[in-house]
Amino acid sequence: MQNIITLAHGSGGSATLKLIDQVFKKHFNNDILSQGDDCAKLSITNSNNLVFTTDSFVVTPIFFNGGNIGKLAVCGTVNDLSTSGATPLYLSCGFIIEEGFSIEELEKIVEAMSITARECGVQIVTGDTKVVQKGAADKIFINTSGIGIVPDGICISGKNAQVGDKIIISGTIGDHGCSILLERENMGFQAEIKSDCAPLSGLVHDMLEVTSDIHVLRDPTRGGVATTLNEIAFQSNVSIVIEEDKLPIKREVQGVCELLGMDPIYLANEGKLLSFVPAEKVEAVLNVMRKNKYGRDAQIIGEVSKAGEPKVLLKALSGGARIIGLLAGDQLPRIC
Amino acid sequence: MANYIDEFRDKEVIQKIVDNLSNYSGPNLKIMEVCGTHTMAISRYGLRSLLPKSIELVSGPGCPVCVTPTSYIDSALQLSDKKDIIITTFGDMMRIPGNESTLLYKKAIGNNVQMVYSPLNALDLARENPDKEVVFLSVGFETTTPVIALTVYKAKSEGLNNFSVLTANKTMPEAIKTLAEDSELDIDGFIYPGHVSAIIGTDFFSNVAYNMKKAGVVAGFEPLDILYSINILVKNISNGNIILENMYSRIVTKEGNTKAQQKMYEVFQAADAVWRGIGNIKNSGLELNAEYERFDAAKKFDIKIKASPEPKGCQCGEVLKGKKRPIDCKLFKTRCTPENPVGACMVSSEGTCAAYYKYGE
Repeated sequence: MQNIITLAHGSGGSATLKLIDQVFKKHFNNDILSQGDDCAKLSITNSNNLVFTTDSFVVTPIFFNGGNIGKLAVCGTVNDLSTSGATPLYLSCGFIIEEGFSIEELEKIVEAMSITARECGVQIVTGDTKVVQKGAADKIFINTSGIGIVPDGICISGKNAQVGDKIIISGTIGDHGCSILLERENMGFQAEIKSDCAPLSGLVHDMLEVTSDIHVLRDPTRGGVATTLNEIAFQSNVSIVIEEDKLPIKREVQGVCELLGMDPIYLANEGKLLSFVPAEKVEAVLNVMRKNKYGRDAQIIGEVSKAGEPKVLLKALSGGARIIGLLAGDQLPRIC
Repeated sequence: MANYIDEFRDKEVIQKIVDNLSNYSGPNLKIMEVCGTHTMAISRYGLRSLLPKSIELVSGPGCPVCVTPTSYIDSALQLSDKKDIIITTFGDMMRIPGNESTLLYKKAIGNNVQMVYSPLNALDLARENPDKEVVFLSVGFETTTPVIALTVYKAKSEGLNNFSVLTANKTMPEAIKTLAEDSELDIDGFIYPGHVSAIIGTDFFSNVAYNMKKAGVVAGFEPLDILYSINILVKNISNGNIILENMYSRIVTKEGNTKAQQKMYEVFQAADAVWRGIGNIKNSGLELNAEYERFDAAKKFDIKIKASPEPKGCQCGEVLKGKKRPIDCKLFKTRCTPENPVGACMVSSEGTCAAYYKYGE
């Protein structure tokens, strides 16, 4: 078998991490990249507070219940900036469009980007458009890059998780992954499952108003909560314990997952964040989160249990325990 | 109103059963869960960690992907190389390794391989692509076979000539019999698959209890379903009460789903089948009968692939028979991982090795 790229390399799981390590990091190696966060913290001129990030969006379908690829492209990059503790300021956007694509649909996508950017207080200040032959791309791909400024006194990183930290999820998990799956596969479920696609800059702002002492923030997108928690466990070299019955999951999402043999903890989210907060600050942070529409269902789901032995342990509702690892590729529905 | 999930995940009731089981002081017991979905549920809910050491759960050959021989995958891969063929398959089959590659790899190099959620989706594809042949990879036990039978029946009724199935369907009874007769295995009791029982009923499993002296229980898939079933099984074995109990009566009846059985045997007939790791078991498989033979992809495209030996060092066969645990295999977590599976038990989400790996047992 030739060594080629498969869809597993884009799933956000262990195949993606391996590809990053063995190809990208090997050739791009530098101190900033090796931090392993979703944003790069840059030292330019006299400021150490500039952060920079980029993300590409290739979702199918491009219009889905709860948003479209344009809204997603702004939210995704804004959320990466926000969860590094930064105030997002400027975005760029690059479009790769398949010939034959409807200009009316393009305008809907761009309008959604504009509305979302306004909500976040960011400006889209530069961009690029490429058109490729029919079949060379699937309708439209968007890349957004963004920069923001981290206020003084804020130090948030996947490396900062500490023993005793409580872990908060800002709301129900798996909504986006589940809604996209249902729309893509046209399964005819009657469940109303909407993507949670949302910008989180306001929520993070509210949280940082309460305390600057937040150790880790991360938006659990591809690979879901399980993958993100594993990344943090390894970055911080800590063991994490979460409790299954504390995980907020919509009944409809749970039902679809039960039926297909999938685990919502691995499904993508596009409007949620995980927060690692010292125990003495957790109630204050939780309260302020629940006052924000994007954190209404926030919940403490577990804690950092000990240093060393990086792993994520889930206490099942049965009282048993299991280790939550990285997936090799995408979850596949089971046969029966 | 009952939603049939919450009632079966009640922590307090779970704790009561666990406490009861932890007081078990009899001889060591070996209980086999036959079904892959049970294997996953046991791992997912961490049920092994709740049982005393004297009650051992071993996993049987009830994952349809795991027992599919390599030669079948090689046939599917060979078919996917042909021009104008669309291979349609359940998701689980995509990663299973043949001798040289996988369907996922074939898809990546441009072969037309599509994942479907039902064989009826494959039929839709055949209608939409009259200039292409749509081949459905027909694997599974009695649970999935009736729908596949219905699909083939529909294809014939509609006069579709561009649809066929590559069959590796299997039936549970003869495999259970083989295991129950295996003296090396020494199973004290069986947890039988709820989904399969919903179709075939409970008579066969009752016969195993009465004639082969193996206690059994038909179980559902929630944590309480499984723990209740283990509790009952332990009690019955301890009391010498070797019977079958149906603990999934909200779904499973004595007769099973007679309509599904009828449809299945209208299209398929019993045949010998090779089970990966176990070998040939007489009358444990299904093939299309003479009336539906023209939908058999292997015959239609003259596919002839010889059985190939299992990968060197792979213990999947012993794992499938419950003789070894994944951690007894030298390849487990070393050469054999979900990213690079050597054996089928690591590939399927229902495979024993995948469950042990994923849930860290």
